[in-house]
Amino acid sequence: MQENRASLEAFKAEVVAWFEANIPEQPGFLLPESFMEVGTDQQFEFLRTWQRKVYEAGYLGMSWPEAYGGGGYPQAYQDIVTSEMARQNAPFMMNTIGLNWAGPLILHMGSEDAKNRYIKGILNADDIWCQGFSEPDHGSDLGKVQTKAVLDGNEYRVNGSKIWTSLGSYAKYMILLARTNPDTESKYAGLSFFLSPMHVPGIETRPIRKLTGEYGFTQTFFNDARIPTSCIMGNEGEGWQVAMTTLMFERGAAGGQAGGISMIDLRVDDVVELAREAKRDGAPAIEDYYVREQLVRFLIEEKANQLSRVRARIPALVSERPSAIAMSGKLRTSEFRRRLCQLAIGLQGANGARFIGDSQSADAGKWPRSYLNAFSATIGGGTSQIQANIIGERVLGLPK
Amino acid sequence: MSEDSNIKSAPISFNDEQVMLLDTAMSFCREKSSVARVRDLLLSDSGYDAGIWQEIVALGWTGIAIPEEFGGSELGVNALVPIAETMGRFLLTTPFISTTLASQMILQGASEEQKTRWLPGICEGLIASIAITEDEGSWDLEDIRCKAIAHEDVLHLSGSKTFVFDARKADIFVVSVMYEGMPALVVLEKDQLNENALRREVIIDETRRSFRLTLDGVQVKTRNMLPAGNTISTLAHLNMLANLLLSAELAGGTAAVLNVVIEYLTTRKQFDRLIGSYQSLKHPTVEILLGLESMRSLVYHAATVWDEQQREVAVRMAKAQACEAAIFAGDRAVQFHGGFGFTYECDAQLYLRRALCSQLLFGDAAHHRKHLAPLLLS
Repeated sequence: MQENRASLEAFKAEVVAWFEANIPEQPGFLLPESFMEVGTDQQFEFLRTWQRKVYEAGYLGMSWPEAYGGGGYPQAYQDIVTSEMARQNAPFMMNTIGLNWAGPLILHMGSEDAKNRYIKGILNADDIWCQGFSEPDHGSDLGKVQTKAVLDGNEYRVNGSKIWTSLGSYAKYMILLARTNPDTESKYAGLSFFLSPMHVPGIETRPIRKLTGEYGFTQTFFNDARIPTSCIMGNEGEGWQVAMTTLMFERGAAGGQAGGISMIDLRVDDVVELAREAKRDGAPAIEDYYVREQLVRFLIEEKANQLSRVRARIPALVSERPSAIAMSGKLRTSEFRRRLCQLAIGLQGANGARFIGDSQSADAGKWPRSYLNAFSATIGGGTSQIQANIIGERVLGLPK
Repeated sequence: MSEDSNIKSAPISFNDEQVMLLDTAMSFCREKSSVARVRDLLLSDSGYDAGIWQEIVALGWTGIAIPEEFGGSELGVNALVPIAETMGRFLLTTPFISTTLASQMILQGASEEQKTRWLPGICEGLIASIAITEDEGSWDLEDIRCKAIAHEDVLHLSGSKTFVFDARKADIFVVSVMYEGMPALVVLEKDQLNENALRREVIIDETRRSFRLTLDGVQVKTRNMLPAGNTISTLAHLNMLANLLLSAELAGGTAAVLNVVIEYLTTRKQFDRLIGSYQSLKHPTVEILLGLESMRSLVYHAATVWDEQQREVAVRMAKAQACEAAIFAGDRAVQFHGGFGFTYECDAQLYLRRALCSQLLFGDAAHHRKHLAPLLLS
């Protein structure tokens, strides 16, 4: 135990030094803050190069099996790296859907062939992954998926459309939920789950312009696209269960992710800095009683969220509702981020109205942009309102 | 949280002894303190069951954070937290908190001779209380009007204390006074009080017993005064410990009231639907859960870092969160019971009224945020 601890500490020192030496300079353009915001080729190439560098240094997928390209280390090593990336404000690992959702799923239930084929490309960012769950007519209600996959020889013929495809323009593969049987009694029973190629005839992506004016998502159209039967995950008709397993990884409720950060954390300390510079009634905003009260509230909330992650790993302290902390993670942190941005904008007085591109905007327009982009997490992956339903029903046992 | 703390010392740790204590406390309180029993005790004079108090003493809980040399089991302050939390959850009212606060003040501020005089008795079941608050209800513990004047080796006390909990049954009191222009702490024994020195106060929480203590005419030997140099640090220690234990109790009460809400939302029908299916009730109930989870994390963190430099920040954060989230929970619990919630019979009021009282002891959420600001923003 003691040895293990010492070697973890030595490892941490090595990691600190590596990131200090290797984090790239800010490029001459604004970087996205999460994998859902990669809107230009410049941003994409910058982030892909960075992920590859981190992987090649041995700091990504450390707990994944060596045989498929992982590091074969205990999870604690990757956790150290991930914390250090966050602490040093490193750019995020852009291939998030592969690293944290599809990858763990493939390792969890994929065939030997799938593990050999996909895992390394996920880690070194050669193969970008996207997700095809939501559809234009029903965002959070995945049971209503209408995109059809019809068996035709040794292929499925796919027709329909998916929306909110992050990295859609860059992805080589998609985790795709489609309806293989339209006639089942339960809407969930007719679904199947695919590791679908994106670069086949009949699949087209069209960028979606976001409320900020930037890009980052696509709508994906399937028009008689043919994908091999071998890319199904699980059996035909088991798509719902596979999708739920994927969502467990997505929501962080199950371990096994490759690690690395997938978004830039906004910290209350950054807003505290802003409050030192901003003025209120002729004095630094940080001296304003109301501003201090707000900042302290956020600091308490931030601390509680950090601590809850630790407490979730102590069974005796979560025995009444073991899943409550993990299941509420997205709801808590996404809403926290949105509200924190609102506070930051408000601190700047009239200058809070300045947007990306204005030469006088604070932090290059980061705060209003982050605020508007924060909705991607309060809406994507099940809106906060749906999250509250899920927690109410599954954690508290309230009726539907 | 510094990243180092991930490796060197966890920000929350919970050892085997604490796991066992939490288990024991859960079964004990569940068995001894049904809501029906709590309601019986609301009407009683003492507010608690003397037999249960004896069992608590026999379990060793009154000495759990007292060193072995004074008769305790020396498990430390973080062993008190699961007990206080569980008592709060089952509204098990005994003089445990009053006695613990007093004994920890003695442990922190008394001379060796004084500790030997009082602590073993407390471990064996003497009831103790603290007489700190005065008429203004100030949370500034150094804001003291009561006086002690020495004539040879006798102190003559004057003035009045308020919110002296469990005073009717207490054997000893730790009292704050001004002595030669400085705050000082004196230990009184019950036979030193005058007749009619205690007057019951009517407070919003009917599970507690609060008294006004008149000190006029009380005389006590100077050897009952704690060493002068320890007064300020002992008051600060009391402030932190009281807030930690109150936060733990509030976390327990919130867990309980959440279950009261869930029980009602999953059985009560209106307009042909279980009312828990309405999102206007479901979503705030989830908010109660989230407030509770944050509170428990902050409370157990504060217990973990009790002996470290982060203590004050951790305790104040826990109390700020606990007050706000517990009151939200109790407040919504009353509302969600509709007309029944407005009645004395609905259990939601028990938790709400206890939380309202607890938040006003040793500082509410806004007070603690105000004191956190210089610690966090400087």
